[in-house]
Amino acid sequence: MTAVVADRVVSARTKWKERGLASLLLAPALVIFGVFVFYPLIHNVYLGFYRSPPFPGLPSRYVGFDQYRDVLSSTDFLQSLKVTVLFAVLTVPTGIALGLGLAVLAHQQFRGVRIYRTIFSSTVATSVAVASVIFGTLLNPQVGLLPWLGVTTHPPLLQNPTWALVAVAVVTVWQTLGLTFILMSSGLQSVPDDLLEAARVDGASAWSRFWRVTLPLLSPTIFFAVVIGSIFAFQTFGQIDLLTQGGPLKPGRTNVLTYFIYTELSRDPGKAAVLAVALFLLTLMLALAQVRLLERRVSYDR
Amino acid sequence: MGSVVLEGVTKRFNDTIAVDNLSLAVADEEFLVLLGPSGCGKSTALRMIAGLESPTEGTIRIGDRVVNDVEPKDRDVAMVFQSYALYPHMTVRRNIEFPLRSRRVPAVERDHLVADAAESLGLTDLLERKPAQLSGGQRQRVALARAIVRRPQAFLMDEPLSNLDAKLRVQTRAELVELQRRLSATIVYVTHDQVEAMTMGHRIAVLEAGVLQQVAPPREVYAEPANLFVARFIGSPPMNTVEGRVVRVADSLAVEISGGRAPLTPQLARAVEAAGLEAVVLGVRPEDLRLGHETGVAATVAVVESLGHECHVACRLPDGQLVIVRQRAEADAPKPEDSVKLIARPEALHVFDSETGTRIRPA
Repeated sequence: MTAVVADRVVSARTKWKERGLASLLLAPALVIFGVFVFYPLIHNVYLGFYRSPPFPGLPSRYVGFDQYRDVLSSTDFLQSLKVTVLFAVLTVPTGIALGLGLAVLAHQQFRGVRIYRTIFSSTVATSVAVASVIFGTLLNPQVGLLPWLGVTTHPPLLQNPTWALVAVAVVTVWQTLGLTFILMSSGLQSVPDDLLEAARVDGASAWSRFWRVTLPLLSPTIFFAVVIGSIFAFQTFGQIDLLTQGGPLKPGRTNVLTYFIYTELSRDPGKAAVLAVALFLLTLMLALAQVRLLERRVSYDR
Repeated sequence: MGSVVLEGVTKRFNDTIAVDNLSLAVADEEFLVLLGPSGCGKSTALRMIAGLESPTEGTIRIGDRVVNDVEPKDRDVAMVFQSYALYPHMTVRRNIEFPLRSRRVPAVERDHLVADAAESLGLTDLLERKPAQLSGGQRQRVALARAIVRRPQAFLMDEPLSNLDAKLRVQTRAELVELQRRLSATIVYVTHDQVEAMTMGHRIAVLEAGVLQQVAPPREVYAEPANLFVARFIGSPPMNTVEGRVVRVADSLAVEISGGRAPLTPQLARAVEAAGLEAVVLGVRPEDLRLGHETGVAATVAVVESLGHECHVACRLPDGQLVIVRQRAEADAPKPEDSVKLIARPEALHVFDSETGTRIRPA
């Protein structure tokens, strides 16, 4: 009897000890997250309650949810939201399709395949700034590749209301292709060889092996790439800043939310805070919705 | 059903030879077991029949057709993989009907065939489950159902029982034999397990290092092994093999080994003499040995292992070589360190050429 009681006491004590240790180990991460993520997040919501003064130097005025309502119903915001969503739609599916296509090519066994793998994944080592400068030069109406090829547009591509967003999307797809390629390649490698061999013996053509065996088994990877890709797309900033500055025209045809926030920050910090909260909620909803919707269709069981 | 014939088939991977000049004819409706240790080339041979590997040399025939350049899907064979290779995202029904869908069999006929295959393997109630929800034995049966559903010319099975627990393996072994008989199926079955080979095969083909050692019915492989490798590979515990020298005793021959002499039968003596051998390996199955006290080869008992129904007595010859004697459980078991004599009937002795390992057939 006494032994049992003693055991229990000991286990309760070790539990407390373990909790102490757990908090100790979590502390560094919690401090960093608290200072650089949670505090700014909450403070940002609070900033959104204050309307910025028309002239710098005057005090901000508390307006409660009025500013949220005003900003979120403004045409500026809706236009920017439209551009952001369009940008995600342009980049995410294309990027995944291309990454998957290249991964399937590089998954074959042929001479020199390693060279292709290296080339395909190389854009991982390319920063947004480098990619933007490369494409900025290629698309330059005077010295770029397009005029050299004889393709000219008026106005030039990056100032063209119809094509500017597409051009930026192309840069983005190119720049993220390395990552998508690596993701898809590792996904392909996790498809067991004997399943594909079984399908070969069972009479499936290469095409139907891909659609009926590989792709379903790849769905967790694709799902992951969609979630990550969408979140990246919603947070795109560098390419826009370097290539179009949100332009052309007003309201800007490439004025995605992050760039909109950035430009408003110096002009109207209260408005920028509201926009930032909106972006946060959008990203959160997107992630949750994707997890809920897609997870049901994904086959994880092996 | 059809036959499978390999003629001079060789498979090289860069510098290594996986299968070396293999010729083998599997008759229609035959259950042939490819037996050998891991890495002996038996799986490669099977994969070449399936078309998953192409032979470097030689021809492969299925039915009356050379299939060297025929795609796996057009060879009309079905394969059961060691891992079962079930499609994890499909239900049992979808898995079984996969080969039929691939061949565009009409839906009505398909349902009928799937129901038949599922019923014959007791899977009818599991058709809507996913593989992850099945036990190992059930998955194995799904893999079999997927193979039998389209009545191919031949079944290729790559260690299909090795992922089952011991009890289920014994049961499934019997079921497979029944299934083979019921379907009159031609089966090429790869295993490293000699018990599976002995119990299931009509004939066993023993492979070692890519080279075919012997093809014969199980009983023959056991009683008349072609060489030392086969003799040592088949049987549990394996055949005792001891190095010795041929000596003349009176008007006949005997093999002198550490601890004594073993006289040969006149037939075997003639054959050994004709071969002009001196250094030989003497082989005798554990169950053909008996322990005595007066005449025989002297040895010391090292370990006594009781298995309940029988008893294995490991004895050491004076030079340290181990010899195992298999006794019935009720026989008087000796104790370790006892001095004993090993006795065998001359008819039970095998003599192998110690250089080539070939068994000398009695003349």
